[in-house]
Parts: sequence; structure tokens; C-alpha cells
Amino acid sequence: MKKTASLLLAFALALACAGCSSPAKDSGSADAKSPGVMTYEEYLAADLDTEVVIEAYVQAKQSWWDNQATVYSQDKDGAYFLYNMACSQEDYEKLTVGTKIKVTGYKSEWSGETEIIDGTFEIQEGNYVAEPEDVTALLGSDDLIKHQNKFVCFKGMTVEPAGQDDSENPAAYLYNWDGSGQEGDDLYFNVSLNGNTYTFTVESYLCDSTTDVYAAVKNLNVGDKIDMEGFLYWYEGVNPHITSVTATK
Amino acid sequence: MKPLNFTAAALAFAVGLSVLAGCHGKESLSPFEIPAEFDLSKQYEITFWAKNDTNKTQTAIYEKAISDFEALYPNITVSLRLYTDYGKIYNDVITNMATNTTPNVCITYPDHIATYLTGTNMVVPLEGLFHDKKYGLGGSQVSFDSPALQEITPKFLEECSFGGHYYALPFMRSTEACYINKTYVESLGYTLPETLTWDFVWQVSEAAMAQAPDGTFLVNGQKVMIPFIYKSTDNMMIQMLRQRQAPYSSENGEFSLFHDTAGELLLTIAEHAKTGAFSTFKISSYPANFLNAGQCIFAIDSTAGATWMGTHAPLCDISADKLTEFETAVMPIPQFDPENPQMISQGPSVCIFNKADSQEVLASWLFAQYLLTNDVQIAYSETEGYVPVTLKALNAPEYQDYLSRCGEDNSLYYDVKIKAAKMLLDNRDHTFVTPVFNGSASLRDAAGQMIENTVKSVRRGETIDREYTEKLYQDMTSLYRLDQISRAGISPASSKADLGKLPFMSVLLLSSLGGAWTLIILYVIFQNLKKR
Repeated sequence: MKKTASLLLAFALALACAGCSSPAKDSGSADAKSPGVMTYEEYLAADLDTEVVIEAYVQAKQSWWDNQATVYSQDKDGAYFLYNMACSQEDYEKLTVGTKIKVTGYKSEWSGETEIIDGTFEIQEGNYVAEPEDVTALLGSDDLIKHQNKFVCFKGMTVEPAGQDDSENPAAYLYNWDGSGQEGDDLYFNVSLNGNTYTFTVESYLCDSTTDVYAAVKNLNVGDKIDMEGFLYWYEGVNPHITSVTATK
Repeated sequence: MKPLNFTAAALAFAVGLSVLAGCHGKESLSPFEIPAEFDLSKQYEITFWAKNDTNKTQTAIYEKAISDFEALYPNITVSLRLYTDYGKIYNDVITNMATNTTPNVCITYPDHIATYLTGTNMVVPLEGLFHDKKYGLGGSQVSFDSPALQEITPKFLEECSFGGHYYALPFMRSTEACYINKTYVESLGYTLPETLTWDFVWQVSEAAMAQAPDGTFLVNGQKVMIPFIYKSTDNMMIQMLRQRQAPYSSENGEFSLFHDTAGELLLTIAEHAKTGAFSTFKISSYPANFLNAGQCIFAIDSTAGATWMGTHAPLCDISADKLTEFETAVMPIPQFDPENPQMISQGPSVCIFNKADSQEVLASWLFAQYLLTNDVQIAYSETEGYVPVTLKALNAPEYQDYLSRCGEDNSLYYDVKIKAAKMLLDNRDHTFVTPVFNGSASLRDAAGQMIENTVKSVRRGETIDREYTEKLYQDMTSLYRLDQISRAGISPASSKADLGKLPFMSVLLLSSLGGAWTLIILYVIFQNLKKR
């Protein structure tokens, strides 16, 4: 009897210890998918307009409005852009960076951006924050799209004129794509590498005018060398949503 | 305690409660009354929330208008806040209504004003201002060449009238146009008819779906082809219903969206979504991007989007290597009855929000009126396929010269843009607007969402039949709370809307007043009994 009781106690203790352990941070088991959940490869292979079920970790929240959330999420294999996913304001607060969620929705594509729409989600145990993946060398190549929506970084790029300011001097950034906006709107800026120029964006819903990156881009000068981090968004071609900018060391 | 003192104390208590109750929550505004004179000695700062089409020239025109106006009225400063989306303006106004921090002047749609009117005296009725001899349209004390009332296109002005008042001034007008890759239509063996019909568009669209064995489309040699893309599906449904003379809504807020005609239209749309011949902006992307890449034949969008349409469009979101060379035709939207064409009238209007200081409101009115001057009207209309709302601007030699130079270049005189404007001018008598009431914005959303849901469902392999549409109607009713739309039509806060349970402070105030009067009466009775 005592032996049985001791065994039971030991088993209970082991269970309790397992329960108390901190959530996995980039652990090897982080991407073990639950039954019925697709791997990233299966998600990639799924046809557009078909139902998909994925598990991923919140990497950034872009917006919440009218019980719909737009979220960048990622697992260890790839990224998922969750567009206008059903979400209460209360649940939105729970979606902190690293939070694991299971999402059921439809795979869709809008102007080249692959996304999950009409989604619903449930929060699960687990935590993972992706390190930015350096895709600088992939700019201009067909392989870049394989990293779509991931948290990435670009290193050693040069700021190019985005247009002209009111005095017709070269401007390092514009409010909106053509300069038609004002403080608080998206910032557009051009950066080059090896003679090719790309347009990057500070998406104002993702990083509003109070953020460091918004201020940093407004302080850029044409010719500055910079490193950047952000999400590899797509709109008629690559259009990264930048979340940090630092001067090249 | 002396009787007088007791009564005074009771009254003071009641008044105190009343003040407290007044301080709780937002304070109601008094109706606006036109001041006899505009006080030029005081400074007024007004805010103008404006919408542009992500178009730098439009922003510059707003800024110039403000600068010119401030030069005329040095005591008025106008602060500009720019939006690129009517929906965002609407949301922000609603948020600011609760704190009485609405803008002074706001670009808006009449459907949205109907919601703003749920705030007491929130939006200024303008008819008194229209006719004011000093500060009204063409008024004697107005410091600029203001148009007279009769110089505003009557049809456009009427679009701003609902609930027995004029709650806005029209600013610009547009409609929808069908931008057509005429080169592809002809390569498919068709000729554009004089009036575009739905049958023709569906027929050509289906013909364009023919593919080579390698999966490329024969008409363009590309892997992508969506022959027909509609930008605004709410307009699509509303115009189709109107053309079919089917019910939609009435002035008193009654609506009828879920009927056999709507169901029949959805089944037709589903049929063409199934083959891939039809899609929408929300599902695929901007029609202009597909049209310019040679991946769409019929792109329906606002005339205010004309500068994005065509091989040589001055504005373009796709890279130069994706552009294809083709001839762009601009036609009115497809019709069911070519003899009786019907198309929506849309475009920005301007409303004025009431403020505690009537002088501030008058300053706002003067600025709103300034937006109707020829300088602003002509310059802004030339940025897109808009038309000016005043006859004065329309008939101005400068504007007529602009129209006559169609196609001279690919910027100011871009042919697609001027053709779009001319198309509206030629069809002003064929335009319509839908009734405005509290809830009409939701009804419009539901009309479009029915198409969006249907197309999405088709793409997801669902069966679209009568059972589907019945379920769709229920979903739309629930999603847009259509069962809660006021039956009273337009309902300024003064109307008979159910205001719900009385707030606690109000209950306390009324109870206190009742208690005070009871005590007064008891005291008087007691004094009388004592005298006897």
C-alpha cells in the first residue's frame, strides 16, 4: 500500500514538475504539430481558397478593428500572415509576441501576398520568438518569396532618394508612396544594394508615429548606410514592413 | 428652518443635481444660430478632415485652398488632417462624437452623416446658411467669388438633402466606369456595343477563359487572367438592383435587399466566379493592376480612379516590366436595359459639425463654401475623373479648355481620365443615389458583402443555390444588425428613437425633485393646519 502510495506521489510530482516548466522558447519541440494541424510544407502545398489549419507563434500585431485582428505569425519553418482574423479586443490583448495559436482559415492571395483569411484562432501552450533571418543576399532573386512574411533583416543598404521635399531637394522618405500623406501615415523609403533599389515601408498600423522606427526613418538622410529588421510583406513585389532601422556599424 | 429657505435649499439641491447630471457624459449642443456678423477681430482655429485618393496633387490643392482662404480671412486658421479612406473618417468621427471633438469641416458621404445625426445638433443643417444674405452662397459679406445657390448643380445638391434638411455641400462628383482592354475584346472577335450590357460582359469574359494546353490563357499568353473585376461590390449590387427595378430601400428607412431578384443576380455572379471569369477587389486586388498587366479585360472602378487605368496611366502600382500595351475604352457600367441606363452618383461631400461657439461654425461654413470656388473646383476635378459640382466651374472657359485637350499628354490631359469625366457629364441625368437613413451605411455594406461571400464560397467549392442565399440573408442580417435599423428613417437625435433606460443621475435628479415637491406640499399643508 505504502509502495503504491509512494509511486502515485512520485508520478504526481513528476506531472506537477512537467506542468510547472516554463514554456518552450525556441525549443526543439516547439513545432510539433497537434493532430489535424498542417506542417508549413503542407500549408505551402495547399491550394488557394482551401481550408488550412496551422499552429504558429505571434511575432507582431498589426491592427485590431471591429473584432478583427491582423497578425504576423511564424513557426520554425515559415511564416503566416493572418489577415482580419476573428478576434475580440480582450483576446487581442492576450496575443503577445511569442504566443502560440492554432488558426483555422482559408489560404488566399492578394496582390502576391499569401495570407490566411476568414480565420479563427485559439491560444495554446507554447512560446517562440523568431530571430530575424538575414535575407539581404536574396534581394532581387526568385528565392526571396520563399521567406514571405518572415521576420527578416537586411544589412548594409544605402538610403536612396524617395522623391523630393517641398523645396525640391531629394527626400529620404515620403508620407505615403507618393508624398500625399502627413505625419502618422505610412512612411516609404528607398534603399539600394549592388545597384538595385527597393522600396521599403514603415506600415503605420504596425509601427505608428510614436515608435522608434518611425522616428528613425524620419531622421534618415540620402546616402546613409543602414541595417533593418522587419516582416517580408508582399504587394505587387517585395514590400517589407520595417520595424527597426539602425546605422550600419 | 423658514419655509422660503427650505424651498430654496430644495431647489438649490435640484439645480446642483441637474448641473452634476449635465456634467456627466457629453454635453448636448444647442442648435446653431447664424450670427448677425462674423467677428473678424477674434482668431478661430478650425479643423478640416479631408479625403484624398493617395494623390499628391490633391493634397497640394487642399493645402493651397487653405493657404488662399487664410489669406482672405487672417483670423481663421485651418488645420488639415488627411485620410485616404472614407471608412476611416467615419470611424474617427464616431469616436470623436462621444467627446465633442469632431472636426469642424469634414469630407464625408451622406450615408455616414445619417449616423452622425444620432448626436443631438451634432451636424449643422445648412439651408439657413445657404440663404443668408451676408454669409450665404454668393453672400454680400463673403470675401471670395462664392457660387450662388442656383450655380450648384441641382441634382448634386439634392443628394445632400435628407430628413428635410441639407446636411452637406457636394464637393466633387464621380460615378463608376468600366475601363476596358479594347484590344483584347477585339482579338476575341467582339466589337464593343454602343451601350455595354451585362450579357456582353459575361459573354466576352467567358470567351477569355480559353486556355492553351500549357495552362496559359489564349487571349494574353499569361498564366493569369481574370476577365472581369469589380472594385466596389456594394455599388455593383445596388446598381444591378436599380437597373432591374428591384427594391432596395426607401426614404423612411425600410429596406428590401433579400428577394428573388437579388438571389437571381447572386446565382449569375456565382456562375461566372466558378469559371474564374469574375472576381472582386477584396478577393483579388485592384482592378487597375490586373488591367494594366493585361490580366483583366473589364475593370470597373470609380471615375476617380481613372489615372490608374491603362498602359500609360500616370499612376501605377505594378512594375514597368509587367505593363502591357493595349487600347483602353471608357464606358458606363454594364446595363440590363440599354434604353434606360442607370449608374450611381458618388463622390465626396462636405458637412459642418456644430460647436458651442456659433462664430466658429460660421468660420467653418465660410471655409466649406470656399471649397466651391472655381479655383478649388476646377483644380481638384482635374486630378482624377471627377466633375466639378458647380455650374459656374463646369461652364468656365478654363474647364472647357481642359476637357477639349483630352489626350494631349499622359498627365494633366490623360485621355482615360478626361474620358471618364466626360462620361459622367454625358450621363448626369442617368445617375441616382440611394436613400439616406440611420443604417443605410450598414445596408450598403451588406449589399456588397453578399457578393463577396458568394464569390468566396464558389472559390471554396461550396454550392450556391436557393438554400445558400437564404442562409446568406440571415448571416447578413445578423452581421450588419439589419433587424435593428430604425424604421423611422432619418433620425436626428430629437426624433422618437428609443433612448433606453434613464441614466442613474437622471433617475436621482427626478427622484430628488419629486421628493422636494412632496416635502414642500407637506410643509404647506402643515402650516395651513397650524394656522387653523
